[in-house]
Amino acid sequence: MNELHSLIAAAAPLVFAVVGETITEKAGIINLSLEGSLMLSAMTGFAVSYETNSLILGFLAAALVSSLVALLVAYSSIALKLNQVAVGFVLFQLCVDLSTFLGNSYVRIPGPSVGALPIPLLEDIPVLGRLLFDHNLVVYSSFFAVIAAYYFIFRTRQGLDLQGIGERPEAAHARGVPVNRLRYMYAALGGSLVGIAGASYSLAVKLGWSFQHTRNLGWIALAIVIFGGWQPVRAAAGAYLFAGLLTLAQILQAPLPGIAQVLPTIPFPLMILTLVIVYSDWLRRLTDRFPALRTILASEPPAAIGTVFEPE
Amino acid sequence: MIQFRSLLRSLTPVGGALAVAVLLILLVGESPFAALWAIVDGGVGNVSRFGDTLTAWTTLSLAAAGLAITFTAGLWNIGVEGQVIAGAIAASFVAREIAAPTPVMVVLTLLAGFAGGAVWALLAGLLKVKGKVNEIFGGLGLTFVAISLSTYLIIGPWQREGIASTSGTDPFPGNAWLPTWGDLRVSVVSIVVAVAALGTVYVLLRGTRFGLRLRAVGQNLQSSALFGIANTRYLLAAFMLGGGLAGLAGAIRVTGFYHKLVPGPGGGHGYLGILIILLAAYKAKWIAPIAFFFAVVAVGASQLPLRLQIDASLGGIVRSVLVLFVLLAGGWQARRSAIGQRRATEEVEA
Repeated sequence: MNELHSLIAAAAPLVFAVVGETITEKAGIINLSLEGSLMLSAMTGFAVSYETNSLILGFLAAALVSSLVALLVAYSSIALKLNQVAVGFVLFQLCVDLSTFLGNSYVRIPGPSVGALPIPLLEDIPVLGRLLFDHNLVVYSSFFAVIAAYYFIFRTRQGLDLQGIGERPEAAHARGVPVNRLRYMYAALGGSLVGIAGASYSLAVKLGWSFQHTRNLGWIALAIVIFGGWQPVRAAAGAYLFAGLLTLAQILQAPLPGIAQVLPTIPFPLMILTLVIVYSDWLRRLTDRFPALRTILASEPPAAIGTVFEPE
Repeated sequence: MIQFRSLLRSLTPVGGALAVAVLLILLVGESPFAALWAIVDGGVGNVSRFGDTLTAWTTLSLAAAGLAITFTAGLWNIGVEGQVIAGAIAASFVAREIAAPTPVMVVLTLLAGFAGGAVWALLAGLLKVKGKVNEIFGGLGLTFVAISLSTYLIIGPWQREGIASTSGTDPFPGNAWLPTWGDLRVSVVSIVVAVAALGTVYVLLRGTRFGLRLRAVGQNLQSSALFGIANTRYLLAAFMLGGGLAGLAGAIRVTGFYHKLVPGPGGGHGYLGILIILLAAYKAKWIAPIAFFFAVVAVGASQLPLRLQIDASLGGIVRSVLVLFVLLAGGWQARRSAIGQRRATEEVEA
C-alpha cells in the first residue's frame, strides 16, 4: 500500500515527460534531445526555485528551457530542413553537459520542495483516497495532464488536426490546417511538459540537484512513448509500470543482488518488442479480421514522424 | 574571393562555439586564455597525457569509422555505444578466460571485440530488416541492454574476489593488456588498428564496388532495389562492419585503458563518434583530425577543475555547440541558396 502510494508519486515526472513527448511526436516531430532536455530543466527548476524562493518561477523557467530546446528541433527541421534526429542528438549531449556546468554550484544543497496537499474529504475514501488524493499538487497535475491530453487528442477538433499534421500533413494542409505553425506550437507545448517533468523531479521526487540527476529518465520516457503506442493513457500506464519495476528492484535487492541494476532497463526490450509486434504481419492479419482490435492493439507511429513538410 | 567567403563561412561556427565557451568561462570568473592553455597543455602537454589523448583518439576514430559505413548505407546507427560495449564485454571474456602469450592475446581480444560489436549491430540490423523496427529505437534499446549486461556481469558472474562492487571486475592478467613502451600510456597496437581501420573504410567507401552499392542503398532504398541489388544483404553487412569497428573500440577501451571491465565501458565514445561523423559531414577523410580534436578536448578538459574553477563539462559543451552550429550553418546556407534560386526563377517567369 505504502509502496503503491510512493510509486504513484515517484512516477509523476515520467508521466509528464511521456505525455509531452507523445504530443510532440503526434505532431510529426521527434524530439530526441529528451534525455538532455529533461536533465537541464530539472537543474533549471531547482536552481531558479532556490535563487528566487519561488516554486512557480522554478517550474516556469524549467518549462521555458525545455520548450526552447524543442522549438530549436522544430525550427531546424521546418525552416532549415535538417535531420531531426541529428539535431536532437546533438542537443541531448549539449544539454547534459550544460546541466553539469551550470548546475555545478547547486550540487547537494538543500532547497525548496513541493509540499504535500491531501485533498479534504476525498483522501478519506478507503484505499483510493490514500492512493490518489494524498499527494502534492505535482502528482494531481500529472493525473490531469494525462486525461486532458487524451481528451484533447482524441475528442476535440484541434486534436484531430494535431493527428492530421503528424499522419498526413498534405491532407491536413489541403483542409486549410497550418501544418508547420501547429508543429511549432505542439513542439513547444510538448517541450514545456518535459520541462515540468524535469522540475517536478528535482522539486518533488528526488529533491535537489546532483551530477546527471535525472540520468536515463529521458531515454526511458522515449521508450515508454513507443511502448504506449503514442497514446497518453497507455504511455502513463507504461510510466507507472516502470515506477513499479523500480520499486520491485528495491524490494528484491536484498535477496537478489544485481537485480536493481537490471530491472530498470526492462522498458528498452519492451519497447523493441512492442515495435516488433506492431509491425508484424500476423498482427496486421488479426486486425484485418477483427477491426475492433485495432483500437486496442494497433499503435503505429505517426506516419509523417521525423519528416519535413513543405507547403507548395 | 569565393574561396575566401567559403572559408569565412566554415569558420563562423567555430567562432560561435568559441564565443559560447568564452562566455561560460567568464561567467564563472576565470580567464579564457588560462582555460584554453589548460585544455591544450592537459591534452598534449606531457608524454603521459599525450598517450591518453592518443588512446582516446584510437577509440573515437574506430567508432566514427564504423559510423561512416553505416551512414553511407543510410542507417542512423545510434546504437553504436552499445556495440562498443558489446565489443568490450566480448574482449573481457577472452581476456579473463584464455591464458596465452601477449601477441596471441592481443589478436584474440581484438577479434572478440570485433565479433561482439558485429553481433550486437547485427541484432539491430535484423530488427530493422526483419522486424521493421527503426534502427534508432532498436539501437538505443540494445545499448541499454548492453550496459545492463556489463553491470550484471560485474556484480554477478565476474564479480571481484570476495566483494561484489560496481566499480569493475578484477584487473585482467598482464598478458591481456595491450603492450605499451615505457612511460607512453598508449599502445602502438591500438594506433595501428585505428589507422588501418580508417584507411580501409576510406578505400572501401570510395574505391570499391561494395562502397558504391552501399551508397546506392543509402541514397535511395527504393531505386537500388529496382536495380537488383540485394538491399537486405548490404544493410546487414554495413551493420556488421560498422558494429565490428565499434567493437574494436570497445576491446581497446578494456584492454588498453581500463584493463578490466567496468559498467558501461563505452564511456560515451560511441556517442562522441556520432558527433565526429556529423562534423565530418559523413566523410571518412575528416575523421582522423576531428577525432584528434575531440580527444584533446576530452583529455585536456579533465585538467580544468584541477587547475581552475571550471567544470570539465565545458569541453563537452564546446564540442556539442560546434557540431550544432555547423549543422545550423549548413541549413542556413541551403536555405539561402534555395530562396535565391526561387527568386531567380520568379524573375525569369516574370
